[in-house]
Amino acid sequence: MPASEELIHLDSITKVYGAGDGAVAALQEFSLTVASGESLAVMGPSGSGKSTLMNILGCLDTPTSGRYWFAGQDVSRLNETELAHVRNRRIGFVFQQFQLLPKLSAWRNVELPLLYRNVRDRRSLALQALDQVGLSNRVDHRPSQLSGGQQQRVAIARALVTNPDLILADEPTGNLDTASSRDVLAVIRELNEQGRTIIIITHDPEVAPVAQRTVHVRDGRLVEQVAA
Amino acid sequence: MSLLKTIETGLRSLLGHRLRSVLTTLGILFGVAAVIATVGIGQASSDSVTARITSLGTNLLTISAGSTVSAGVFGGAGSANTLTMADVRGLQDKVSAPDIGAVAPVTQGRASIVSSSANWSTTVSGSTDGWLVTNTRTIGSGTFFNANDVATRAQVIVIGTTTASNLGAGVGDIVLVKQIPFQVVGVLAPVGSQGFGNQDDLAVIPITTAQDELFGGGVQRILLSATSAGTIGSAYLEANQILLQTHHLSDPSQADFTITTQTQVLSTAQAVTQTLTILLASVAAISLLVGGIGVMNIMLVSVTERTSEIGLRKALGATPVDLFRQFVIEAGMLTALGGLLGVATGLAVGYIVPRAANIAVTITALPVLVAVGVAVVVGLIFGVYPALRAARLAPIEALRAQ
Repeated sequence: MPASEELIHLDSITKVYGAGDGAVAALQEFSLTVASGESLAVMGPSGSGKSTLMNILGCLDTPTSGRYWFAGQDVSRLNETELAHVRNRRIGFVFQQFQLLPKLSAWRNVELPLLYRNVRDRRSLALQALDQVGLSNRVDHRPSQLSGGQQQRVAIARALVTNPDLILADEPTGNLDTASSRDVLAVIRELNEQGRTIIIITHDPEVAPVAQRTVHVRDGRLVEQVAA
Repeated sequence: MSLLKTIETGLRSLLGHRLRSVLTTLGILFGVAAVIATVGIGQASSDSVTARITSLGTNLLTISAGSTVSAGVFGGAGSANTLTMADVRGLQDKVSAPDIGAVAPVTQGRASIVSSSANWSTTVSGSTDGWLVTNTRTIGSGTFFNANDVATRAQVIVIGTTTASNLGAGVGDIVLVKQIPFQVVGVLAPVGSQGFGNQDDLAVIPITTAQDELFGGGVQRILLSATSAGTIGSAYLEANQILLQTHHLSDPSQADFTITTQTQVLSTAQAVTQTLTILLASVAAISLLVGGIGVMNIMLVSVTERTSEIGLRKALGATPVDLFRQFVIEAGMLTALGGLLGVATGLAVGYIVPRAANIAVTITALPVLVAVGVAVVVGLIFGVYPALRAARLAPIEALRAQ
């Protein structure tokens, strides 16, 4: 059994896409442990399997074989509905494309994950989260009225609002200019300093130093671990 | 996600595509309105046919000439004048026909009637004093002619109110029918135009006079009334027996006459209007189905268009059930709205058409409820497939779509 301070424990995870001769193993015997409160950067070139790793870590997909313990719970064999509950309660996502709904105002976007768990006081929770990312003066703006960096900060607020165990950021600065990137990374670092576990998937070497630890993925395998 | 929030999200999405939602709703709207209007019109025409025929009396029988077999050729009803005054006398025999009440032979044609001030063409019937009873009519002013007038070929005439006003003639006046003078002895009480044609535009004269002076010797049909509605069956059998005798026929299948009852006419007419109503309602129901397919089409477009939104919602914790519910509710709202507007349109048609086009429409609760029910069920059924597609989308694939 994994130790209790471990938030994430991947035990020889293999993910195979397709079947027969066309089968491709995106992850092979991949093992990784992330402690609670840690910040980790996952680096690797495209095709290395880091997107697959992100999907498995985010409970968006299940492994073909191997075990995944998330906060002590084996989530590698859960069905779609159970995975949805894990994502909703324990994981906050930040995507490269922001993934904000264009017709909803900032706070309505932040409120979204709360809708799927029937929480009261959604507005005040959303406003709190927006305040944390420094956007309390933009709550009623629509995504199109915000800059890229502001949009990504709204997305971070949305990831934050459910008070998740893990924030999973997939190329969070991939669509941002240098100044906005610095803003967004500062917010992410601050969240980590407040004790939140953070995993950043990136191929950008300038992003990785934000994290305490960096791992490299190549051909579906873990190749090296670097302590910051 | 709470039901209320799901509905709110659905509304938001429908309002986000206003024109598309309205157009989709129109399909259902017209379907429901068409069902309500056609069933309403069918119901009204069925009611009015029933009312017309019932008003003609339910204890009445009509004997028509025809169904002759001459030299092996079968002729249809009315193809020959096989009825005679001898048949009439036979039917009036109280011993062999105890259940037959009034007997009225009729020969009729169109003729011009000329009064001192006007000229009017109408249907002139030659008949006997039994005409009033067998047509369930009453006299308004003056009297009807009697048996004696028939026997003496009296030149007397009874006219309907429409005929009277068009001729400017009343009781006591003299009118000319084909240059022959007739004295108006009575004017019938009006019954309105609730028959086949205007039942107040006609003239009746003694059959003997009609045969001798106007239309020649035959009898076109004989109207009978049974002594009561309960004896109509035995009256039918007696009439059949007597006519077979007077026509010297031993084989009933050779009968050269046809006896119909109002009940037969009524059930035939009801069957016809019912068939028409069902036919029209089926066509309307098909348009409802087409509307439903339109809803499905739009929902499929919506699912495809919102793939990345669905992916996002899934990543944020929406379960397959949440998304299924979301899309079924959106489809349900589209059809429910279409259904309600369809009811309003159907009721409006039911209000306007009778006033604008003189076509009666009877709206009853049942077709309204059925149409709305069917519309909503159609929407839900056609919403299920797109909703399942949404629910089954893999979150990663969906997120990647942009």
